[in-house]
Amino acid sequence: MLQYVLKRVLLTIPTLIGAAALVFLLMRLIPGDICLVRLGGGGASFDPKALASCHTEIGVDRPVIVQFLEFMWGAVRLDFGTSMWSGKPVIVEIAARLPISLEIAIMATVVAVALAIPLGTISALKQGTWLDVAVRVFAIGGIATPSFWLGIVSVLLVLDLTNWIGGKPWMPPIDYVPLWQDPIHNLSMAMLPALTVGYRYAAVTMRMTRSTMLEVMKEDYIRTARAKGLINKLIINRHALKNALLPIVTLIGIEFAFLIGGLVVTEQVFNLNGVGRLFVQAVQNQDYTLTQALVMLTVTVFVFTNLAVDLLYAWLDPRIRFN
Amino acid sequence: MRGFLVALSLLIGFGATAAETPKRGGVLTFLIPADGGPSLDGHKEGTYAVLHAMAPFYSTLVRVNPDNPTSTTDFVCDLCTGMPVPTDNGLTFTFKIRQGVKFHDGTPLDARDVSASWRRIVFPQPGVASARRNNFLMVDKIEDPDATTVIFRLKFPTLSFFPALADPWNFIYSHRILEKDQHYFERNVLGSGPFKFDKYEIGQSVTGVRNPDYYHPGQPYLDGFHAIFAPKQQTRVDAIRADRAAMEFRSMSPSARDQLVKELGDKVTVQESDWNCGNVLTPNHKRKPFDDVRVRKALYLAIDQWRGAEALSKIAIIRTVGGIVYPGSPLAATRDELTKLPGFSPDIEKSRAEARRLLKEAGAEGLSFEMLNRNVDQPYVIVGTWLVDEFRKIGVTVTQKIIPTGPWLEAMRAGDFSVALEANCQNIVNPIADTGRYLPHEHYSDNFAYHDDPKQVEIYNKMVREIDPAKARVLMREYEKQVLEVGAHQQPVTWWYRILPIRSYVKGWKITSSHYLNQDLANIWLDK
Repeated sequence: MLQYVLKRVLLTIPTLIGAAALVFLLMRLIPGDICLVRLGGGGASFDPKALASCHTEIGVDRPVIVQFLEFMWGAVRLDFGTSMWSGKPVIVEIAARLPISLEIAIMATVVAVALAIPLGTISALKQGTWLDVAVRVFAIGGIATPSFWLGIVSVLLVLDLTNWIGGKPWMPPIDYVPLWQDPIHNLSMAMLPALTVGYRYAAVTMRMTRSTMLEVMKEDYIRTARAKGLINKLIINRHALKNALLPIVTLIGIEFAFLIGGLVVTEQVFNLNGVGRLFVQAVQNQDYTLTQALVMLTVTVFVFTNLAVDLLYAWLDPRIRFN
Repeated sequence: MRGFLVALSLLIGFGATAAETPKRGGVLTFLIPADGGPSLDGHKEGTYAVLHAMAPFYSTLVRVNPDNPTSTTDFVCDLCTGMPVPTDNGLTFTFKIRQGVKFHDGTPLDARDVSASWRRIVFPQPGVASARRNNFLMVDKIEDPDATTVIFRLKFPTLSFFPALADPWNFIYSHRILEKDQHYFERNVLGSGPFKFDKYEIGQSVTGVRNPDYYHPGQPYLDGFHAIFAPKQQTRVDAIRADRAAMEFRSMSPSARDQLVKELGDKVTVQESDWNCGNVLTPNHKRKPFDDVRVRKALYLAIDQWRGAEALSKIAIIRTVGGIVYPGSPLAATRDELTKLPGFSPDIEKSRAEARRLLKEAGAEGLSFEMLNRNVDQPYVIVGTWLVDEFRKIGVTVTQKIIPTGPWLEAMRAGDFSVALEANCQNIVNPIADTGRYLPHEHYSDNFAYHDDPKQVEIYNKMVREIDPAKARVLMREYEKQVLEVGAHQQPVTWWYRILPIRSYVKGWKITSSHYLNQDLANIWLDK
């Protein structure tokens, strides 16, 4: 087991180095210049000396190999430098956005788990009934509906409904306040995005729960449990669901990792100042340092989530660690 | 009918502003249609994301008259005590500085702060970026002989100096801080404007509170402001509808205006204005067949500007047809003058027949090319799509290459394009400085037509040094003719139009010809 763990942990190192090199090179292949966007993006004229000064200030006038070595050395020390756009440390830029992204990810996960596991289980147990059909329609709807569309529609719906009921349109706040400062403001803001993202997340997880439950329910040990006369509730909770949860946990982990930096469109729709929106902004502005750091953050989250899942599998399934 | 309603709401808005006494108090929440800006330094940056957030904290030496901001020639003092009369044949401008003005940290502001700030703008030290330094090539020296006097000495007299002074980016910083750190204001805020800096939530919002020591009596009326960055238009429309915010200061599309007017009725007032921004069609003279004046002229003749602008104004933020000068300026061409230039004739069939003839003569029949455009819908993509159809009418096939801002700018600077749709967007209406963008690339680095025209440069140099407005106007016509007819170097394609739906309780603020102007919020009050 120790050898397996060590092997998996060591494998993350070349993966992270490869990702760092790749993102550095890809960013340089995109045509454009952050200083041009900064000075000329508005369409107004600017002094060419200001452009040169901007290049010197952010260091893009140095040889690419020097920039690369500096980036790699910084990455090793977890120092990604300063944002070329704002001049603030990258860590500060990301730290300002992480709380809202994390909050939405956690709330969406809670919504997803609360919906997916009971409904997926019921759907599997009542296979072929109207209940199963209803759950499947609900799940397919969640997968087929883009989150951004659902977001826009949900805001409009809330606006129209509140206008119709109270005569005054209401929408969630568009500026973030931490939960401990103003819980009502915070939850009002996070509720709709968490529900819209959670719906899609729940739909995917629901489909997985249903499939794995159907598979597990046909296993020999379930038949044995029934033959032994165990009550249905015990068979489902203790034997079926527990075993069916393995791939579901994996899915939840990967989806959660995706939500940290992947809510690009949802964050824009709800004006959430999160990591996803920062990602788009960094790419649009051609902010190399910030984009590199964000890609590395995403890669790291995924690498470590996968590592955790692999280790969990090895712990749960002896066949993996012994092979 | 809709037009009537908007006009009515405009009238109601202005009427109310003129008649009512400002009320004190309240916090204005407004939206900045952008993600957070880059640094906080107004001398260095060029995006409105910075200006909308920072202008309320700073004073300037002179400014556009906030009570008459649509005028292109009405400038008033902010930190000075009286508008100077130039002496020494228009070469010397002496400003007396207000006494008793304080920075927000309590330190006094005097002439040394004004001159140090201006020297940073006009003569920046190595390593300090000054974005609009080019506008002050006429300035020779800036002096502060005593604590209340600042003198600008020019190399040559010019009409473009005074509007450039009133540029809203020219924030006055503390000389004590600049002496220690020229980069301090990139990361920190310390001004003497109507509002004191409260906090900046990175990428999300900026908050300011009333400056009780502000030097314009009675102002500001607001207790404070809260500016929220909101890049998506739909979010901004929803936010105004739900009163999460009262307004934005850039512009909304006609459809957004109509939606808000329909849903909010008299709870929203719409202010509209011509905008000192416009699209410009730029053929690359270094590429065949655009090195041929006949081909370039043929392209311009194909465009039905008058009918096009009218039709597109229903869906895009454009409206007014104009030449190279902002249509509201005294130096702009009148309609009669304009219609004599190629591409502006109301008789489009005749123009297109001439375009076909020119193409045939140049051996460019059946021409096809790629037009570089920016991936911004309002109005670049809309205007570009319209142009593709206009060119089709003279047998020219055009495909649009729509790319993000960075690569778009890069391609133009590298000369890697055949024809580009670009924009000319200026802060303050300063026709002589603004039309400098039509000069050849070697005289103006942001001109991407890559043409050569010594005659054009000669006329421009004469115009820059002309201080008689009537004579300057004559020279401007000559310059415009050289750009649009003789050389057919580039073609302005419709001017933009600002549309601002504003919650009706917001009073005192008047729209301007630019989203950079009148942004200190000192005259805004809330009728709640």
